[in-house]
Amino acid sequence: MPRAMNVVPNRGSRMLLALLPFLLIALIYVVGSAQRRADNPDDKLLPPVSEMVATSKRLATEPDRRSGDYVLWSDTAASLQRLALGLGIAAVIGLVLGLAIGLLPIAGAGFGTLVAVLSMIPPMAVLPVLFIVFGLGELSKVVLIIIGVTPTLVRDLSLEVQNMPREQLIKAQTLGGSTWQVAIRVVLPQIMPRLIQGLRLMIGPAFLFLISAEAIASDVGLGYRIFLVRRYLSMDVILPYVVWITLLAYVLDYALVWFGQRAFPWAYAQGGR
Amino acid sequence: MSTLSFRNVWVEYGNQVVLERINLEITSGTFLSIVGPSGAGKSTFLRLILGQEKPSQGAVLLDGEPFPAEPGPDRGIVFQRYSVFPHLTVLGNVLLGYELAASPFTSRLFGTARNEAVEKSRALIEAVGLGPHSDKYPSALSGGMQQRLAIAQALAKQPRVLLLDEPFGALDPGTRAQMHALIKPLWREHKMTIVMVTHDIKEAFGLATRLIALDRPRKDPQAPERFGARITYDLDLTRDSAVPVLGFIRASVQAAQ
Repeated sequence: MPRAMNVVPNRGSRMLLALLPFLLIALIYVVGSAQRRADNPDDKLLPPVSEMVATSKRLATEPDRRSGDYVLWSDTAASLQRLALGLGIAAVIGLVLGLAIGLLPIAGAGFGTLVAVLSMIPPMAVLPVLFIVFGLGELSKVVLIIIGVTPTLVRDLSLEVQNMPREQLIKAQTLGGSTWQVAIRVVLPQIMPRLIQGLRLMIGPAFLFLISAEAIASDVGLGYRIFLVRRYLSMDVILPYVVWITLLAYVLDYALVWFGQRAFPWAYAQGGR
Repeated sequence: MSTLSFRNVWVEYGNQVVLERINLEITSGTFLSIVGPSGAGKSTFLRLILGQEKPSQGAVLLDGEPFPAEPGPDRGIVFQRYSVFPHLTVLGNVLLGYELAASPFTSRLFGTARNEAVEKSRALIEAVGLGPHSDKYPSALSGGMQQRLAIAQALAKQPRVLLLDEPFGALDPGTRAQMHALIKPLWREHKMTIVMVTHDIKEAFGLATRLIALDRPRKDPQAPERFGARITYDLDLTRDSAVPVLGFIRASVQAAQ
């Protein structure tokens, strides 16, 4: 009998094992839902799957009676746009500042402590400030994501630059590289995989900030919808929305991995730095 | 003829004296080996030439001129590790030297300029025996191949001085012998000055035309940091007289070449 730590499942059983907990959760839900329905036909807490499917279908394929929008899609588009803008701008700022702080001792001395302090501000605490300064429109939601995500990216990337072997920076200088050239040809490409990793980890917090901002002040968006229908206890809307958000986040994460492996094959090769 | 001169060089960190009273003239085309126990300042010596470190007293001059106190293209280097860029292919690694020189802003070449640079890079890659591997990333290369690449990369800039910081220290004996057979002809062909720090005495004698040993001749048991290392041996290996170290037989090395 081999030790448990040496038992490696093959491909088929691996997929089965991955699927099993999901099936189990679904089973528990279905049983629980049926149970509650049997006790009280008007139960709203655990709507049956059929009802959620019907509601989702209505939200996705029928225009809203008041606005004429396909609610699920307009919510998704609005939220994804905010998320993409927020994460994209945060990534650019993170790259520029992280690179500068990591590579240039002067920038490190000037901004390093500032970023360390700023990253300790709870973003939700400044949300009212954002609403006051940037209004209730798109900008304040995007800015909240930027404020929440950027400091972590900056610190992570500047540490990554500082952890690069000194030998490489010296070698680049002996090849005649100026500071700018070293930055864009040696340092920048090497921190890109780290940026992808950082963004992957930041998808969760970004959604958190997005949904919080949408819940408080918005007229469209995934978070807005959830908090709107909460008043009517519409679990048949909330639960599919939660599943949908989770799925979006998972696909986004997977897309980042896929992109990273295509764009930076050297970083994923065996024994890369 | 470029000469590297050390004029009464001292290197001190606070109270600790690392190197003291180093006076040395290295004429162009010398293959200089530096040996010595750990902590004797071999790497500090190399960093002085590289410009990574400034002497506390005295001056290091290239052709009688002090050079800028930062690494530059006239002094190439090969480290023991991390000398090559993991995000570039073998060709890209060598090409980078040409790209940095020709294009200050984008650092990229296009069209005929690029083709010429690729041509020159391929010739260098062939010269170090990496021809079939030019599209691989360094992570797919063995340690010896990575060092070959680092050498090709340094040669692209045609440096006046090539610094080798224990370049073959992490390689197995067979690969090391191959590297020795590679570096000597390259040195002759490119007519550069090579300064090599090594722990391998046999390598130091076998390759170099001149050898210096760094050590601390004076020791104060109460304050071990008080006295720095000096040049304790300075051997000219081009003369035909016997070199009285460890029974090493030069004749066999020459026969092997």
